[in-house]
Amino acid sequence: MNIIVCIKQVPDTTSVRIDPETRTLVREGVPSIINPFDMFAIEEGIRLKEKHGGKVIVLTLGPPQAEDALREAISLGADEAIHLCDVAFKGSDTLATSFALSAGIRKIGAFDLIICGKQASDGDTAQVGPGIAVQLNIPQIIFVRRIEEIQEGAIVVERISEEGFDVVRSALPALISVVKEINQPRLPSLKGKMKAKKAEITKWGIAEIGVDPGRVGLDGSPTWVEKIFSPPEREAHEPWHGEPDDLVKKLADELEKAKII
Amino acid sequence: MNYFLTEEQQFIREISAKIAKEKILPVRAELDEAQEFPWEIVKVLADSNLFGVYIEEKYGGTGGGVLDLCIAVEELSRVCGGISLCLAATALGTFPLILFGSEAQKQKYLPGIAEGKKIVAFALTESGAGSDAGAIQTTARREGDYYVINGTKQWITNGGEASIYTVIAMTDKARGSRGASAFIVEKETPGFTFGKKENKMGIRASATRELIFQDCRVPVENLLGKEGQGFIVAMKTFDASRPGVAAQALGIAQGALDEAVTYARQREQFGKPIISFQGIQFMLADMATKVEASRALVYAVARAVDRGETKIAKESAMAKLFASDMAMQVTVDAVQILGGYGYMKEYPVEKMMRDAKITQIYEGTNQIQRTIIASHLVKEQAGRK
Ligand SMILES: Cc1cc2nc3c(=O)[nH]c(=O)nc-3n(C[C@H](O)[C@H](O)[C@H](O)COP(=O)(O)OP(=O)(O)OC[C@H]3O[C@@H](n4cnc5c(N)ncnc54)[C@H](O)[C@@H]3O)c2cc1C
Ligand SMILES: Cc1cc2nc3c(=O)[nH]c(=O)nc-3n(C[C@H](O)[C@H](O)[C@H](O)COP(=O)(O)OP(=O)(O)OC[C@H]3O[C@@H](n4cnc5c(N)ncnc54)[C@H](O)[C@@H]3O)c2cc1C
Repeated sequence: MNIIVCIKQVPDTTSVRIDPETRTLVREGVPSIINPFDMFAIEEGIRLKEKHGGKVIVLTLGPPQAEDALREAISLGADEAIHLCDVAFKGSDTLATSFALSAGIRKIGAFDLIICGKQASDGDTAQVGPGIAVQLNIPQIIFVRRIEEIQEGAIVVERISEEGFDVVRSALPALISVVKEINQPRLPSLKGKMKAKKAEITKWGIAEIGVDPGRVGLDGSPTWVEKIFSPPEREAHEPWHGEPDDLVKKLADELEKAKII
Repeated sequence: MNYFLTEEQQFIREISAKIAKEKILPVRAELDEAQEFPWEIVKVLADSNLFGVYIEEKYGGTGGGVLDLCIAVEELSRVCGGISLCLAATALGTFPLILFGSEAQKQKYLPGIAEGKKIVAFALTESGAGSDAGAIQTTARREGDYYVINGTKQWITNGGEASIYTVIAMTDKARGSRGASAFIVEKETPGFTFGKKENKMGIRASATRELIFQDCRVPVENLLGKEGQGFIVAMKTFDASRPGVAAQALGIAQGALDEAVTYARQREQFGKPIISFQGIQFMLADMATKVEASRALVYAVARAVDRGETKIAKESAMAKLFASDMAMQVTVDAVQILGGYGYMKEYPVEKMMRDAKITQIYEGTNQIQRTIIASHLVKEQAGRK
């Protein structure tokens, strides 16, 4: 089966420091890593390949240094890597990012499954995976914690929900996003690292994937960030202990005092 | 310091450090306490190809040498000098095969070793023969197409866990030091069993066990090199393996130094961090200098071995001697810097100090290393006249 894994390169937040003066993140010199959730996506892709045959193609959209993320994925066992890299992509929001990624996937051609991480550790929206599925008009199952089985043209998975989990069956091709419960990613091997160093990385810009510059980058991004601020700190809360009847009365009094009732 | 390692060696360091941090750190105290062999870590090291770093590519390795091995052992030992030994002792048992094995023997055994599917042990020591290896009593008697081995080996690292054993036994006692031979013995061979498992001061995640041979029949094709070459096999093996022990010591010391620096920056007494006291600073500076000096020596010797230098016994002994004495001093000082906390099991330096001690003892005690170095000094001077 042909599997496409979408990965994003993100700053390693475990080594991000906060500037004590400006109270903002110090981004300079912060190493980049593969988005932690995408490590689970890569691992799951490789496991499926090991079990069912086929190949794993990793795909990223990002600046030139995002190539490192692709090489790391190859060192873990991915077969091919495609880098969507073009200045025109700069400033893309989740809509533009998923639009460009889906155009890249169309150019790749036939596939059975797309695997994304649950969300990116920096952008955190969890929108890109679903966005790609919508663009490609294929089913999506998000927050997958286990792939139960792959049948002829279909996939059965467990998807986490607030109450527990759902077992979902879907036709293939489909897109899934995975949570960290799904597996334990392997560590890179020396042979993998050596292979990754020499691996050919395919680079595509907007011309290659045939997208209109107006649909990507800032021009293709309707999202407008009005303001960024830290939420105000919550006031300290006070636990109440006592008999239910007394507590209900106390609560009613307080609500009345606050003019809520 | 930049030692201008090859890209492959840098990858080895990176991978080993990652394994040490993510897989070994969380379990080291537990395995030490329980004296449990690190099978799960063996699997991780195997999957990462670390068991093959010093084995030729045609046998499934990655084609590096002793320096590649040293880097892996150093980096793993930084976190646990006991767990790293499964790799270092496998190399000790494998060097006889690399140095003296026939093509057929190499093809049969090296791929499984390189893949990490088979770990190896080296068996020379006996209860009455430690430094005086020539006093071994284990015998191998030729009977048709077999050698029949009888005797007991003591304190064999990876004993019981390894699937391949390089065993030194006497084939002709009358010939003294020229009467020993080296054999490959597979774990399941009838007549080969395991005895006492040792309860040790340090490197407790490493298995140290007795090997018992009772009419153990080994096919003649398992003879390594020629009959009578046993001690040459052992000595040449040590020339190649001692940098590995030195790297283990180096890693343990670096780990202790790291802990000492971290702690000294955090711990406050008399209203300031203890690292602001010059007495502590000087200790740390001396520790760091000794660690770096050892590293320079160990890497230089390992590189020389890899470039084909055969007259390396003296320097190989120096690397082992210097790095292991250094590791003992540095770990003792690290405990000192951590004070009472250093003496407690909640902090890792007491274990590092226990682990460091063995590096002064095995693969030839440091007294024996000095006798080797001195004998070369005498020979060199005598040769000049
Ligand atoms: C309000 C807002 C405004 C933004 N404005 C800007 C801006 O002006 N300039 C700018 O540069 N960025 C901007 N971004 C960031 C940008 O939209 C996101 O980085 C990008 O779209 C990915 O979204 P995400 O990080 O939330 O990923 P998620 O949707 O959380 O990621 C889910 C999964 O999708 C896949 N994925 C995500 N991104 C990629 C990728 N690039 N390549 C391959 N796979 C991927 C991965 O599998 C990942 O695990 C903005 C984001 C937001 C929320
Ligand atoms: C944990 C552990 C793992 C081991 N693993 C292995 C293994 O995998 N394979 C293997 O074959 N062996 C192994 N050994 C054995 C190890 O190599 C020996 O312990 C070592 O060679 C010393 O021998 P000994 O203990 O009998 O000490 P002895 O030889 O009895 O020495 C006792 C003391 O006398 C000193 N001494 C001896 N001779 C001289 C001399 N000529 N001049 C000055 N001082 C001298 C020694 O330095 C030492 O201080 C292991 C030992 C231990 C403890």
